[in-house]
Amino acid sequence: MSGELVELTATAAAERVRVGELDPRELFEAYRERAAADHLNAFTWVADATPATVASDGPLGGVPVAVKDLFCTRGVPSQAGSRILEGYRPPYTATVVAKLARAGAPLLGKTNQDEFAMGSSNENSGFGPVLNPWDRGRVPGGSSGGSAAAVAAGLAPWAIGTDTGGSIRQPAALCGIVGLKPTYGACSRYGMIAFASSLDQAGPLTRDVTDAALLLRHMVGHDPCDATSVEFPGEIATPRAEHLRGIRLGVPEELTTAGAGVEPGVRDSFEATLALAEALGAVVEPCRLPHAPHALSAYYLIAPAEASANLARFDGVRYGLRVDGDADLISMYSRTRAAGFGAEVKRRIMLGTYALSSGYYDAYYGTAQKVRTKISEDFKAAFERFDFIVTPTSPWTAFELGAKADDPLAMYLNDFCTVPMPLAGIPAISIPSGLAGGLPVGLQLTGPAFSESRLLDTAYALERAIGFDGRPARR
Amino acid sequence: MLDRDQVLHVARLARLELTNDEVERLAAELSKVLDHIEKISELDLSGVPATSHVLDVVGALRADEPMPCLSPEAALASAPEPLEGGFGVPSPAT
Amino acid sequence: MSDDKRYEPVIGLEIHVQLRTRTKMFCGCPLSFGDPPNVHTCPVCLGLPGSLPVVNARAVHFGVMIGLALGSEIAERSLFHRKNYFYPDLPKGYQISQYDVPLCRGGRLGEVRIHRVHLEEDAAKLNHLGESGRIHGADRSWVDFNRGGTPLVEIVTEPDIHSPEQAREWLTLLRTTLRTLGVSDVDMSQGSLRCDANVSIRPTGSGELGTKTELKNMNSFRFLEKGVRAEIERQVGLLESGEPVVQETLHFDPTLGRLTPLRSKEEAHDYRYFPEPDLVPLLVTEELRAGAAAEIPELPAERAGRFERELGLSPDRARDFAFRAELGDYFEQALAEAAAAVAGDGARGANGAPGAVDPVELANWIPQLVERIGSETDPADSKVAPSSLATLAAMVKAKEVSREAARDVLTRLVREGGDPRAVVQREGLGALSGEHQLVEVVDRAIASDPAAAEQLRTGNMKAIGPLVGYVMRETKGRADGKEVARLIRERVNTRS
Repeated sequence: MSGELVELTATAAAERVRVGELDPRELFEAYRERAAADHLNAFTWVADATPATVASDGPLGGVPVAVKDLFCTRGVPSQAGSRILEGYRPPYTATVVAKLARAGAPLLGKTNQDEFAMGSSNENSGFGPVLNPWDRGRVPGGSSGGSAAAVAAGLAPWAIGTDTGGSIRQPAALCGIVGLKPTYGACSRYGMIAFASSLDQAGPLTRDVTDAALLLRHMVGHDPCDATSVEFPGEIATPRAEHLRGIRLGVPEELTTAGAGVEPGVRDSFEATLALAEALGAVVEPCRLPHAPHALSAYYLIAPAEASANLARFDGVRYGLRVDGDADLISMYSRTRAAGFGAEVKRRIMLGTYALSSGYYDAYYGTAQKVRTKISEDFKAAFERFDFIVTPTSPWTAFELGAKADDPLAMYLNDFCTVPMPLAGIPAISIPSGLAGGLPVGLQLTGPAFSESRLLDTAYALERAIGFDGRPARR
Repeated sequence: MLDRDQVLHVARLARLELTNDEVERLAAELSKVLDHIEKISELDLSGVPATSHVLDVVGALRADEPMPCLSPEAALASAPEPLEGGFGVPSPAT
Repeated sequence: MSDDKRYEPVIGLEIHVQLRTRTKMFCGCPLSFGDPPNVHTCPVCLGLPGSLPVVNARAVHFGVMIGLALGSEIAERSLFHRKNYFYPDLPKGYQISQYDVPLCRGGRLGEVRIHRVHLEEDAAKLNHLGESGRIHGADRSWVDFNRGGTPLVEIVTEPDIHSPEQAREWLTLLRTTLRTLGVSDVDMSQGSLRCDANVSIRPTGSGELGTKTELKNMNSFRFLEKGVRAEIERQVGLLESGEPVVQETLHFDPTLGRLTPLRSKEEAHDYRYFPEPDLVPLLVTEELRAGAAAEIPELPAERAGRFERELGLSPDRARDFAFRAELGDYFEQALAEAAAAVAGDGARGANGAPGAVDPVELANWIPQLVERIGSETDPADSKVAPSSLATLAAMVKAKEVSREAARDVLTRLVREGGDPRAVVQREGLGALSGEHQLVEVVDRAIASDPAAAEQLRTGNMKAIGPLVGYVMRETKGRADGKEVARLIRERVNTRS
């Protein structure tokens, strides 16, 4: 029975709960057992019991949600994948998580992630790497690797993660599921342990586009506790498009060709999907995003710079790890941070501090923010001719654990196709477009700010046409 | 591009104690990353304004109304060194 | 000496003002003073992971009021920046402040130009265990976050101040202005007004600026003046011995009464400013600006003008009373009470004072009062009720008591309070000005000092001094000085 239960999409399960056909506690327990038996290291914490009551009348139908470790969950460990916060239990809950709970999605567990959301393979976690359910010798992508693996392996009906440079979309692509990064400001960041404040956004990781829309609908909204959040115009609609007539899709050569580093298998899947789109009635044409090749450089200046400041609060004074508290103050700071942060985090703090430092600000951070302006302008111009822009999500499929561990720059290239969108603050979704060498390939669609409903609709139509039903072998 | 002294200077600003190995490694890794990133300096960005905020929103303000505070116990719950009702630390040199 | 004419001191002030909002700058925690530690904290002001700041509208309102009062240009759009450094009283590892796009630029108050005014948050309070609570020698410190996040306005002047006295006077004017606006308690002893000084010297007449040092921790007006004076002297001493002034920060130690260099600033701070991504640009709309302007009451400069124009005070006196609000308030209170007394009682006041008091005469008596109670005391806190001073002034004007005797009366009022009329009666200090009362004494005075009398006869006016003195002593100061002098001159010539 529980085997069937976990086959249901979240939407279907919620519907059954709401009409009384399914006991939400039974659903919760089914997932809780699976999550607790997790062999992918996808979870850092799982609820140790099913709640006494699970509301069944909310729009999310009591369907439990897995939440990335960096969302503050009151009284429950919230570690952002870092040893410096090992065991930290915050006194408050992130707004987005609270909203979902109120809408009827109780907390199933906290998922593993790259430390402080820095990474695209989930090998940077302080609590061990997450394994890809499609091939446990491979990475699930990152930084929301735990959330993606959990959903792909049926350990959670749906999950939320965060996306700064691709951290929802890329793991969704590598795990064969749906992941969406909303417009900047659409979801509250209050309670999200910050990586890069001007880029971070919370978003859904789900089995299909319908589930993503349902979850997103209850995540968006202005929060008085977040000055950068805005009221989402209108409601996120339920996707239902069956064709793409009248839709113009732009294909930027800067992000889609072999010259851009896209692997042949991914390229083939991408081309096949474009053909499907045309068959559905879409007009598919090349477009230009002239500054997209520089997006990675801008991103790897802006994000680490903001992160270097956001992570300064981890100093052993008020919470978290403290090392050598009996030494002098500066030594305590320096040794605490050295012991608590992993190598990638240190790298980015160093990079960010350097980019902001006296004499270098203009050349690095200052220049990067100008490149960002150009990237935004490129998208604006493109969206005058096209409804959406389409690219592969990741230039390659899931690589082997350890394959890029020694080469940070090679690792950063994972984000090539996904970083331009957060720089412009626009939404983007990844859906599975097929397999290459037996591993999932993701297709990315991006649209103008606040175009989520139409974006989801278009993704839905493509999803139907693609008919991806691949599942990693279940254990 | 980034030499040992620069790495040590930045590490000091960031309050990160590094081993000798780490200093060497970081110098190499950061230099490599910066080499790649440096290409943006070749772009013509004259007259382009920097994006400081990607949202087209201004002026989000909060009314001057008191909100509930954490109890001192909750505030100190995760303190590594609760002391005299506050957060204990080594005394700064100045 | 700071009066050394060879060198001109060049002083700029950097002032931090805690605002009288109900809550903190970026969160809804109430502002508190003297409460147990860490009772007013939340995830935001504790810098907990995931917390975010939101700007306090009233702090912006107060900031705009200050900018308008100082004649600054208010930026329609300004930015918050992060100022990054590590210290236990800084929970996020950065302070949210304003950098190159501040709320206000320019302006002027009195003789000093304003460079800029901006908003920021205060640090928390770092306490030290160990002797006398001073850092040196303490083993452990601990942090109380109640104060952390209090809204601050930072005001930076141009280096337009040229003496320690001027620094003190100008800061007094600023304090009065801010108090009048109602935006802050501006109490230096409580830390709601803090002032650092940048001091350099240059040869008088030189247009170049010397190297400046930064003076911190002068937490009273007296210490400010003292500290600035000491630093000027120190710099003069250096230059005189051929040594250069080194840029450094000096900390005023109140127990030692002098400045000591702040130790171990091995590296100058690199604050790595960048725009605060958690806050959107601050907009000062026309509505916000008008709202702030509407709340600005009469400011010291205007008040001084009104005292001159409408009450006939001299410019200096008008300035003194306007720039020290306590004096102006007391003065106007006394005038009002006297006027009310007259209005209620026809030609004579309820306390018998004939007619309303003359403002100029009353104004003469305020410095006399201040002399007796000390310049640090608010006259309203003394035992001399404003109406009493008004009565005394009226009595002098009406020659019911001599000026000299009135001083005596005032001394007694300061000591015991009460009604001047009663004091005069009790002590028998009523004026002696009738000829019949004085002539006899005047004649005795002339007889006692024939040499002086002779000098006077020959036209040496200064010789009248000893003779007047004799009469005043004999009459215990009750005689009116002018009247005495007149009588002496008359009698000296009628007698030979």
